Amino acid sequence: MVDIAFLLNGDAVRLSDTPPTRTLLDWLRENRGLTGTKEGCNEGDCGACTVMVTDADGTSRALNSCILFLPQLHGKAVRTVEGISGPDGTLHPVQQAMIDHHGSQCGFCTPGFVVSMAVAHKNGRSDHDDQLAGNLCRCTGYAPIIRAAHAAADEPVPEWMDDHPAVAEAQPLPFAPETADELAAWYEANPDATLIGGATDVGLWVTKALRDLGPVAFLNRCADLQKTELTDTEIRIGAGVTMSDVGTLMQDHHPAFAEMIRRYGSVQVRNAATIGGNIANGSPIGDGPPALIALNARLILRKSDSHREIALEDFFIEYGRQDRSPGEFVEAIVIPRQKDTLDVYKLSKRFDQDISAVCGAFNIVVEDDRVTSARIAFGGMAGTPKRARAVEQALIGESWCEDTIRAAMARMPEEFEPLSDMRASAEYRMISAQNMLLRCFYSRQGIATNVLEVSP
Amino acid sequence: MSVARPLPHDAAALHVAGQARYVDDIPTPTGTLHLAFGLSDVAHARITAMDLTAVRQAAGVVAVLTCDDLPGANDVSPSVHDEPLLAQGEVFYLGQPLFLVVATSHLAARKAARLGRISYDERPAILSIDQAIAADSRFEEGPRIYSKGEPERALKAADHRIEGQIEIGGQEHFYLEGQAALALPQENDDMIVNCSTQHPTEIQHKVAEALNLPMNAVRVETRRMGGGFGGKESQGNALAVATAVAARLTGHACKMRYDRDDDMMITGKRHDFRIAYRAGFDDEGRIEGIEFTQWARCGWAQDLSLPVADRAMLHADNAYHLKDVRIVSHRLKTHTQSATAFRGFGGPQGMLGMERVIDHIAHELGRDPLNVRRVNYYRAAAADAGASGGSISAKKNDRAPQLTPYHMPVEDFILHEMTEALAERADYGARRHAVAEWNAHNRVLKKGIALTPVKFGISFTLTHLNQAGALVHVYQDGSVHMNHGGTEMGQGLFQKVAQVAAARFAVDPALVKITATDTAKVPNTSATAASSGSDLNGMAVKAACDTIRDRMAAFLAQEHQVEAADVVFADGEVRVGGAVYTFQEAAKRAYEGRVSLSATGFYKTPKVAWDRIRGVGRPFFYFAYGVAVSEVVLDRMTGENRILRCDILHDAGASLNQAIDIGQIEGGYVQGAGWLTTEELVWDDKGRLRTHAPSTYKIPAASDRPGIFNVALWDGENREETIYRSKAVGEPPFMHGISAFLALSDAVAACGAGYPDLQAPATAQSVLQAIRRVEGDG
Repeated sequence: MVDIAFLLNGDAVRLSDTPPTRTLLDWLRENRGLTGTKEGCNEGDCGACTVMVTDADGTSRALNSCILFLPQLHGKAVRTVEGISGPDGTLHPVQQAMIDHHGSQCGFCTPGFVVSMAVAHKNGRSDHDDQLAGNLCRCTGYAPIIRAAHAAADEPVPEWMDDHPAVAEAQPLPFAPETADELAAWYEANPDATLIGGATDVGLWVTKALRDLGPVAFLNRCADLQKTELTDTEIRIGAGVTMSDVGTLMQDHHPAFAEMIRRYGSVQVRNAATIGGNIANGSPIGDGPPALIALNARLILRKSDSHREIALEDFFIEYGRQDRSPGEFVEAIVIPRQKDTLDVYKLSKRFDQDISAVCGAFNIVVEDDRVTSARIAFGGMAGTPKRARAVEQALIGESWCEDTIRAAMARMPEEFEPLSDMRASAEYRMISAQNMLLRCFYSRQGIATNVLEVSP
Repeated sequence: MSVARPLPHDAAALHVAGQARYVDDIPTPTGTLHLAFGLSDVAHARITAMDLTAVRQAAGVVAVLTCDDLPGANDVSPSVHDEPLLAQGEVFYLGQPLFLVVATSHLAARKAARLGRISYDERPAILSIDQAIAADSRFEEGPRIYSKGEPERALKAADHRIEGQIEIGGQEHFYLEGQAALALPQENDDMIVNCSTQHPTEIQHKVAEALNLPMNAVRVETRRMGGGFGGKESQGNALAVATAVAARLTGHACKMRYDRDDDMMITGKRHDFRIAYRAGFDDEGRIEGIEFTQWARCGWAQDLSLPVADRAMLHADNAYHLKDVRIVSHRLKTHTQSATAFRGFGGPQGMLGMERVIDHIAHELGRDPLNVRRVNYYRAAAADAGASGGSISAKKNDRAPQLTPYHMPVEDFILHEMTEALAERADYGARRHAVAEWNAHNRVLKKGIALTPVKFGISFTLTHLNQAGALVHVYQDGSVHMNHGGTEMGQGLFQKVAQVAAARFAVDPALVKITATDTAKVPNTSATAASSGSDLNGMAVKAACDTIRDRMAAFLAQEHQVEAADVVFADGEVRVGGAVYTFQEAAKRAYEGRVSLSATGFYKTPKVAWDRIRGVGRPFFYFAYGVAVSEVVLDRMTGENRILRCDILHDAGASLNQAIDIGQIEGGYVQGAGWLTTEELVWDDKGRLRTHAPSTYKIPAASDRPGIFNVALWDGENREETIYRSKAVGEPPFMHGISAFLALSDAVAACGAGYPDLQAPATAQSVLQAIRRVEGDG
């Protein structure tokens, strides 16, 4: 039996005989008596359980420990709130600032905030609202917490925050393949197994649906799945690349996609979630696919040694059903290099860390005031992420003017019959999806359309 | 002096280090068992069979209890014994606990709880306000009605009239720490319960009933909650009783905490309301006659719904003098979670109804709503009007206090000055102009601005609850041990009261040990609720401290042959005659002089007395005031919206701790704005709550707070004799969130000619519907 090995607040831990779906949070609280890390929601939405995880390369990330399985820590270092203070109890600058600025009231969310703040502080981040979007507080209204984050910004990072995981001691685990080849062979032999990327979705199967997953494989050690490659013609993103890294990558190529990813989950979720998982789970409201479909992305699927490449929109057959055979997995996403003409709009009850009611992506090329190409896709409007072909057809070849836009908007009901649910009514989804096209037009006319860009 | 200082929360250093202990963090004895409820899948049915075989056989299960297995009362109601711990033959809402699993781990209990096979004979379920009205399903025999003057006549005689209706959604508390309790069985059948509760005495009472024990056999301790907001006033009863019963039956310590989804499915929330109104007014918007009809959706059990609905009536006037008024309140019984206390306790809903009327009148007249507010404000308190209010001869005096709809004179009205000050500070006039300019030049994004006042009544409306006790010890080393009936849920009560204790002894607050609320130290306490915590417990602790201080002074005075009144406690010292002792020396001397250094303290609020059925009298000791200006922007194509700026001026009297009070105001505003914008509870047509986790129920996140957020305290003191002339601050600021809602209404009004008729919560969808209404195509 191979042990799961990692550092916990600087101390080496080796675990054997641990069920692979034991969460870090439960283990910390129940086995280690480290009760500083709190359970607020048990689904990665509140951040009370945030811990810092440092990779072999020294990169530190904030993650939700409630949906983080112990094997995902193999070869890494974990720091809980207890380890954010120094070994002698010296407070970290963000902890002192939280006291000085009255950043805690009931205190239950505070450990999670402190860890998120300490990671952001270590990484030199000053976009505090984004860095803390995954931490909910019900008492303070956030103002004093953000004041504390500002106040601590210029303080040096304490030396104890530097973790150096002992990578050499992390032997390969039987259920965590090290390469895509290993994964392909194993998955072909175990086609009923559950593949776990970042566990931001599968985690809930365990913590909420209380499912026994049977055989599982963790993909986070497949280094070759985490690569991105840029050529003159395409951007190839490995299925294991996190949404955080996809967001960074997209800033240079398709900033509207990057801006949408800023609002995708939270820092903790994006640090764990993978682009492959976002696609492979087939959610009708996953936020990656609409933009990727609009960008004409293709999916590389692998089974054993054979690969096939399909248009991303063809992967989604109907609700709950994808074009993926047993033992086959998503290996990479390929986006053709193109001039950036992408607009992406995410509509949700709350701006940050919310699941879309509607997510619309508009890749519209206009030359000499005429639409020469249009790829438009929506999430939340059907049982799958879906292209709006009739709308595209109503645009292509037409002059770029409001009449054209309105005519195209009128075609939307041919494509979609959205549902009413707790996120939005069918009527609202339809109207706002139509209006997103109008917003795209207006914003390209220089008309102010983004409430996030307005200052008082 | 240690009061009026912005000291940090007493547990701040523990919070940030992860060392503050909550119920689930308490180390438990070996063999501790864990509990989970099996829940109803249907909203209304008779249970025909419960097959719990699979539950009993599941891994880790030690016992499974149904209502037949309980040793005592099957009741967790805080009011009228209508709330069984475990369903007895019939289920009344989807999510109701049916059976109790006792297992070796939290996870094992949760897993087993899903294995029950329940057969139901389903009955029609009354879920909505409309269904309840149609079925005349209600608590109490009929509506409560408060009135004053001749509203019908005044309505008829008025030059202008409007009528309308607003739906006001409920709100999930979303305390970050879910409900939790831990029961530790003791010798002789005694029970100790650690519980995350605002009301330890109620827990003690319900546990005693459930175990057939006198209250003296049950001890409840609460060090802190991870947030309460009213959600832990009665909703913790079920967990405490379940753990105590299971502990009694198994002999082991038992712990229960709800998983978040269970918590949201099982526990009550803020009442949703429908409020209809008819108002008659003059050309300036002065209200001549008005009638409100309030329908409150109370859920399946009475819980605290009657006082909640009462308080909604008591705040139907908000800050405005309603000469001729009638308020009708229906308390509807539905097959949904039993709505419960939530910060403001009905006040926010009543107040929103009133502010909505002002908004509507202003729109009707094309006036700035602020002017309409000002002409309707209560008359300013006359400086020379005694605190006891208008005498009979003062009735003819135009400076005499005006009466609320429940005939209480408003003697402490300060909103004229506060409004003036905030309007100037926040530059309201110029910004209103700038908003209009923006709207004239932007076709997609529209801005809105609104200034709204808050006048909130302070006291429990169930008058006997306005009492508190304290227990203080001074040890011979001069350290102080302080205990009182209030509970700490983050609001800083313990810190404020410790500052009071330190001030009475003139010592450093660090010398005062803050201790867990404990029914064995202070008995018969009221819930920490109604914003009353520091008013009541501060006074009780002051009384206890003063008793000890007076004993010390009398002793030292005798020693030094001076008058007790000449013994001075100041700066950590006790000065008597020519001698100066440190407080520690003085305590040691008093101890050696055989002086009791332990005392209880007690306080009851003066002046309050009223008739809640007729709606006449003085339910409140005083009012807390505040004003807020919010500015928002919305996207008329999607309804998406943001709060851009908020300025608040709030009256905390002579603040005991400015930092803590400002924290309550900032937090209250954001929570109130959340209630009226993104926080939407959605039930489906089977009565299943669809928003039962933070993935679907959206409380504000960091970026939802206003980008510019200026909060200031009004420089004043309570004209009533409260603890150091401070005012209660827990609930009142919540209602500043109404300014955000009405700023959205203002922005929607910029999209067309019609009245927005905005419904709450103003989600993007609700805002877009309103926009389409004013545009005339919705």
